[in-house]
Amino acid sequence: MIASSALRRRLLLACGIVLALLFPALAPAYRSQMALLWVMIVFALTWDLLGGQMGYNSFGNVLFFGVGMYACVLVQRDAGLGYYTGLFVGTAVGALAAVALAGLLGSGILGLRGHSFAIGTLGLGIAAGELAGGWDFVGAGGGMVPPLFPGALGGRETFFYYLCFALAAATFASLRWLYAGRFGLVLNAIRDDEDKAEAMGLRTTRYKTTAWCVCAFFLGLSGGAVGNLLGFIDPREVAFAGPTFGVWMVLMAILGGKGTLWGPVLGAVVFHVTKELFWTYLLGWQRVALGLLIVVIVVFFPLGILGWARERWPERFGHRIEDGAAESGR
Amino acid sequence: MENLRLLFDAPILSLQLLLDGVLIGAIFALAAYGMALVWGVVGLINVSQGELVMLGGYAAWFLYRAGLHPLFAVPLAAALLFVAGWLLYRAVIFRVVDKDLFTSILATFGLSILIQQLANTLFGADVRTAESGFGTLFLFGGAVTVSRIKLISFAAALLTGAFLMLFLKRSRMGQAIRATAQNARAARVMGVDTDRVYAWTFALNAAICGASGALVAMTWVVHPYLGLPYTVRSFMIVIIAGLGNVAGVLFAALGLGVAENFAGFILGAEYQAAFVFTLLVAILVWRRFWLARERRHLQ
Repeated sequence: MIASSALRRRLLLACGIVLALLFPALAPAYRSQMALLWVMIVFALTWDLLGGQMGYNSFGNVLFFGVGMYACVLVQRDAGLGYYTGLFVGTAVGALAAVALAGLLGSGILGLRGHSFAIGTLGLGIAAGELAGGWDFVGAGGGMVPPLFPGALGGRETFFYYLCFALAAATFASLRWLYAGRFGLVLNAIRDDEDKAEAMGLRTTRYKTTAWCVCAFFLGLSGGAVGNLLGFIDPREVAFAGPTFGVWMVLMAILGGKGTLWGPVLGAVVFHVTKELFWTYLLGWQRVALGLLIVVIVVFFPLGILGWARERWPERFGHRIEDGAAESGR
Repeated sequence: MENLRLLFDAPILSLQLLLDGVLIGAIFALAAYGMALVWGVVGLINVSQGELVMLGGYAAWFLYRAGLHPLFAVPLAAALLFVAGWLLYRAVIFRVVDKDLFTSILATFGLSILIQQLANTLFGADVRTAESGFGTLFLFGGAVTVSRIKLISFAAALLTGAFLMLFLKRSRMGQAIRATAQNARAARVMGVDTDRVYAWTFALNAAICGASGALVAMTWVVHPYLGLPYTVRSFMIVIIAGLGNVAGVLFAALGLGVAENFAGFILGAEYQAAFVFTLLVAILVWRRFWLARERRHLQ
């Protein structure tokens, strides 16, 4: 039974991967949207690494996304490399810059807890956008434009589709690997009781900073890709877009079920698809709807889809229910 | 940085900046005091604080457009926002009161986006101001200018704060609020309807924000995106001053007003918002290291 369900799961995953790889051929009109979907999955997964697994609810993760985006486009603009070399070197530099920033800020910011961390990171994200919006070297408020894609017409979308897909797959695989080992257990211990975890001899600050660096790495990579995919960088609306990307990542992770591996993926898919389908019909009320959606989800549906399913059918998630557990569990 | 040299060349400019900072600081203090009140009594950090300020500003602006003198719009805006705060509590806030902090922060954050975008859609993104027509005072032979409305709004802010404190000290509801802040469970045992107290506290907070928003509309401008900086300033002030420290809130607010004005002048106006948010991060981090030295944690 167990073997067959594991086999079934693997088959499903393989089908999904094949479908994702064939997607540009199946529905070429939706390549950009699907590329963004993969980025949304990266957003939700990386937010959940801190918010769900570690219990540090960050509102400012978009900071790393923006840093990666700016660093990538700066390399493309100033280094004088060819398009593909520039893009890959730029993305790598962006990821490294984001990781360096996360490591630098880590011991200061991650020492904050609860609401201080939440509001501190909120300030961090907005401050970055405001700074970038005033700095002439990076185009100030006017933003920057990445170089044009040299390939054939339509090749750009396919290229970035596969790039974003690879990115999402890499993020998912690494997080899965991390959660399966000691690292994931330490993060969960920090979430459950940080003081006890520290008393057990775990160097919590080091683990927290590492987790933030992992998160920053993938966000930095996705920043470089998205900057080139959209073809335009605005400091407040695209790169450090707190009101859109920054809020969406939190919302998607919670919608899917935070603290689970598949939850953020599911939340990102559900959110992105609904958004693309219905957003245009809201005629300018999209952001009002977004605010309403946050309130409704947080107040009435805080467990998320997977969390709710786990509560409803615990045996499917490998939790065994024992009769009279309540009495004997005291 | 040339502006810094300008400050040394013309010291009178510093006086101007100082005065402007102090005068706006009193308005920051009002919103911050409201946040501290809700934080202390309801145990909730209201991220939509700045949006309440913004709504108060719009209330004052609409009353002004209807022909009312803006000064009379201040108490009316406060009354309107009291009702709005009550409704907000009954619709959303009471559901997150006993949840964990993150839920309440995220819920009020969603609320802030909702209100901000509603204002943007309904009122438009234009910058509005309620002209009071009081004119300007010229001091030191015209080297320092102070518009009279800023002085009046400074006085009005202090007056509102004093009125609020009198309410908390003397009235029956004020006593119930203070009792609930000290120990909600004991207050409930003694027959205080804490749910009503929470509703009152949140509505009172909204009213204070409404008054400060009306003052903002008179002295500066209102626009839909003005909220978040006010939330961040309030949070910063409360973090510096601590809960239940009225004098601390006032001085921290005045200090913040002055610091912001100087930073805006020296760094340039485009960096003023960046300064506010960076200062928030700096203060939180500084406080974390300071507390770590005393082996305590930020709670």
